[in-house]
Amino acid sequence: MSARKINLTVNGEAVEAEVEARLNLADFLRQAIGLTGTHVGCEHGVCGACTVIVDGRPARACLMLAVQADGAKVETVESLGTPESLSELQQAFRDRHALQCGFCTPGMLMTIEALLRVEGSPTREEIRDVLSGNLCRCTGYQAIVDAALDAAEARRGTR
Amino acid sequence: MSTRYFGAAVPRLEDPRLLTGRGTYVDDIVLPGMLHAVFLRSSVAHGRIRSLDPSAALSMPGIRAVYAMADFVSFGSGPMPTMAPHPLLKSPITCSPLAVDEVRYVGEAIAMVLADSRAEAEDALAAIELDIEHLPVVANARQGIADGAPRAHSGRDSNVIATLRGSHGNVDAVFAAAAHRFSETFEIHRGGCHAMECRGVVAAPEPRSGELSLWTSSQSPYMVRRHLATYLGRDEADIRVTAPDVGGGFGPKANVYPEEFAVALAALACGHPVKWIEDRQEHFLATTQQRDQFWSLEVACDAAGRMLGVRGRCIHDNGAYAPYGLILPATALASFPGPYALAAFDLSIDVVLTNLVPTTPVRGAGRPNAAFVLERLADTIARRLNLPREEVRRRSFVRAEQMPYVTGGKMRDGSPVAYDSGDYAKALSLVVDKIDAAGFEERRAEAATRGRLLGLGFASCVEDTGLGPFEGASVRVTPAGKVVVATGAASQGQGHATTLAQIAADALGVDLSQVTVKAADSRIFPLGISTIASRVAVTAGSSVEIAARKVRDKAIKVAAHILEAGEHDLEIENGQVRVVGVPDMNVPLSTIARVLSGSAGVPIPAGVEPDLAATGYFEANQLAFAYGSQACEVEIDPETGDTRITRYVVAHDCGRLINPLIVDGQIRGGVVHGIGNALFEHMRHDEAGQPLTATYADYLLPGAAEMPDIEIHHIETPSPRNPIGAKGAGEGGTIPAVACVISAIQDALGPAAPFITMHPVSPEQIVEWIDQTRK
Ligand code: FES
Ligand code: FES
Repeated sequence: MSARKINLTVNGEAVEAEVEARLNLADFLRQAIGLTGTHVGCEHGVCGACTVIVDGRPARACLMLAVQADGAKVETVESLGTPESLSELQQAFRDRHALQCGFCTPGMLMTIEALLRVEGSPTREEIRDVLSGNLCRCTGYQAIVDAALDAAEARRGTR
Repeated sequence: MSTRYFGAAVPRLEDPRLLTGRGTYVDDIVLPGMLHAVFLRSSVAHGRIRSLDPSAALSMPGIRAVYAMADFVSFGSGPMPTMAPHPLLKSPITCSPLAVDEVRYVGEAIAMVLADSRAEAEDALAAIELDIEHLPVVANARQGIADGAPRAHSGRDSNVIATLRGSHGNVDAVFAAAAHRFSETFEIHRGGCHAMECRGVVAAPEPRSGELSLWTSSQSPYMVRRHLATYLGRDEADIRVTAPDVGGGFGPKANVYPEEFAVALAALACGHPVKWIEDRQEHFLATTQQRDQFWSLEVACDAAGRMLGVRGRCIHDNGAYAPYGLILPATALASFPGPYALAAFDLSIDVVLTNLVPTTPVRGAGRPNAAFVLERLADTIARRLNLPREEVRRRSFVRAEQMPYVTGGKMRDGSPVAYDSGDYAKALSLVVDKIDAAGFEERRAEAATRGRLLGLGFASCVEDTGLGPFEGASVRVTPAGKVVVATGAASQGQGHATTLAQIAADALGVDLSQVTVKAADSRIFPLGISTIASRVAVTAGSSVEIAARKVRDKAIKVAAHILEAGEHDLEIENGQVRVVGVPDMNVPLSTIARVLSGSAGVPIPAGVEPDLAATGYFEANQLAFAYGSQACEVEIDPETGDTRITRYVVAHDCGRLINPLIVDGQIRGGVVHGIGNALFEHMRHDEAGQPLTATYADYLLPGAAEMPDIEIHHIETPSPRNPIGAKGAGEGGTIPAVACVISAIQDALGPAAPFITMHPVSPEQIVEWIDQTRK
């Protein structure tokens, strides 16, 4: 197999690695650099569990090769808050019970995070629309929409 | 005792970890020297393995082994044990961990490849030479029951493995005397599991101790341990099974799977830790589903539309094996007569083998099927007699003053069913009221001006919850004053780490942040059954209550000794035992725990066992019956058949709510699962038994954009059958949801449309019905 060298930024840190051309970004993040917060639910680009932010935009890490991330700025769920200090969005998820098993959650968080950076006051419908690329079998989505609205409001208040 | 936390909508203790990417799901476990397994699976629905040649695969890079069942003989052999034996099943109908001779569904595991990486293992799969002779296929249950059908198992003389019967009263007399009799046939399809985390297993032999450790994405880790121990001829004590964070279960993960055994066997055979992570396509092929049931039913009612009796039969597709015995069809049968006080019923279910992946319970487990047919029969009566649908139900319900109500039905174990508590008519009135049924015709008229069809639907259900025999718990106060709750009940997102902690915190008067719940690890708690059948709040919750009270009594006893006070003068609050009215006279729980932890030569108070800890096993020998009603509005575009659920209202009684935030989450998720079954989820197979919908492009799950906001109203009738008054909440959202949505679609299509007797209902189907109506 042909290995290629890549240089990228992951959660603000420079990462240099040798990767096989066929390695996808999700597997790279999870296996090569141990960031297991990004989950893999379908490996065919529908469930959104693997969503990360690449150069400011949400991307499906299962549909992107690690070599395509060469030179990119990648952000994963690990870049948000910590258990002791959750981000506003994570806090809103907790307050609204927007996660049950937590498997879809990192992808949900990164999708909404990317939305809130460009749209500070999304409507319920807009949020539901943006989330149409993220499946959740547990929550029925309503609490996730509520949490996104709360987080948008909290961010508006603090900015 | 304080109830600071019981009933409060406290945020979950497990969240900070899961929200920051710090969960540990099976795929996050990495062990030194671990190999990766992939399975070679049958590509035909029924066939005989003629030969398997792994030699080309073995010479590929990174490949460590290719195993077939014969390679495991020194560790274990033969078919898998059945999880739930049933007297009608003379011998278990299960597959081997790897197929030996005959394969009976597309996706049945035949061999496994072990490699340094999963990618290399997958590369090698294609190089295994497999020769399979095709055998005739049973591609659905109606075909399987027909005369002259091929056999799903070539050795069996019939595809019908059992006929279950449930009856009560003199059904013939009731039908003969009834004012009206109506018959309908129903085709029900429920689809698969689709937890967002697929299944996964890691097995690690411990070379020094000879023990075997297994981490599995399971709802039943202790069942995996028990059956695996038997299969391997080992003692349970030498096998550790843990369910780490599990990304959703919904029923199918309660099954003990061939892959769990095969991975364990492979780890023993190669001496390395082995990991297998199911991919989504395998999930479509090899994770159990709930598929088709065909019902032919007749209902009898009096002149006023009161339901009196139901009779008929069902053909149930059980798939290629019966790993879970007859639990699924038996649960469907045990769900009659639902919320209705029937003078008689007589039902039978033919359980049929097909060459499709086995079926086992999916959220609701046969109860949504029973609810669908009963609710459609109620709607039939309303339609034929021109009565309001609510009125037929009100006249037919078991009434509050009849509680406890003996239905005449039998539980899966044959014991009589007695509903414990509740007011079914009240739940229905609540949703009728909250959805503003009175103002509906006005809304319908408004929608008509926009060219849209609006429909209103109702459905009700009763649900047996808290299935026995037990789910135990231990509660321990550490010398640091922290409380550790341990239980065998596995969690797949239900928030047990919070609800069980709430119960313990109240009993011991400690802050919730001081309580940790450890679950589903056989080294931490010795016994467990399964997180199924909406049973954990009732069973484990009650056990935590019992154990925590014992700990409390023990703490008070020791404190009385230390404070030289009478036990009756003491209370437990704020992590201390103190004298009532004299808060300065107190002793912290941490001190008591330290005293009971013992120091060399220092006696502990006489008559008290060491360790500030206790174990509780609530004997759950009587079910708690939850119930509820749902109402929804749908809006249909008659040109495209596009169906939007615009409003959804739920009234639900699951007894005392431990945590409303969590209960509401269970209900909303459950309703959405039901909406998926009503409108989207369809696992299709062709006549050769080949799955046609094995991606999320072909198999549609409910998504955020299509789902409504769901309004929930609780009725809290405490169950008298457990110390915390709880009833299960995990499936009540799902059970009536399909019936509710279909009732609304029927209402939207109007009285001239055909009566809807099937689901899921696609937009094409709706357009077809509209066209038929217009003709
Ligand atoms: S895993 Fe990437 S979209 Fe599902
Ligand atoms: S929380 Fe389980 S899939 Fe979304």
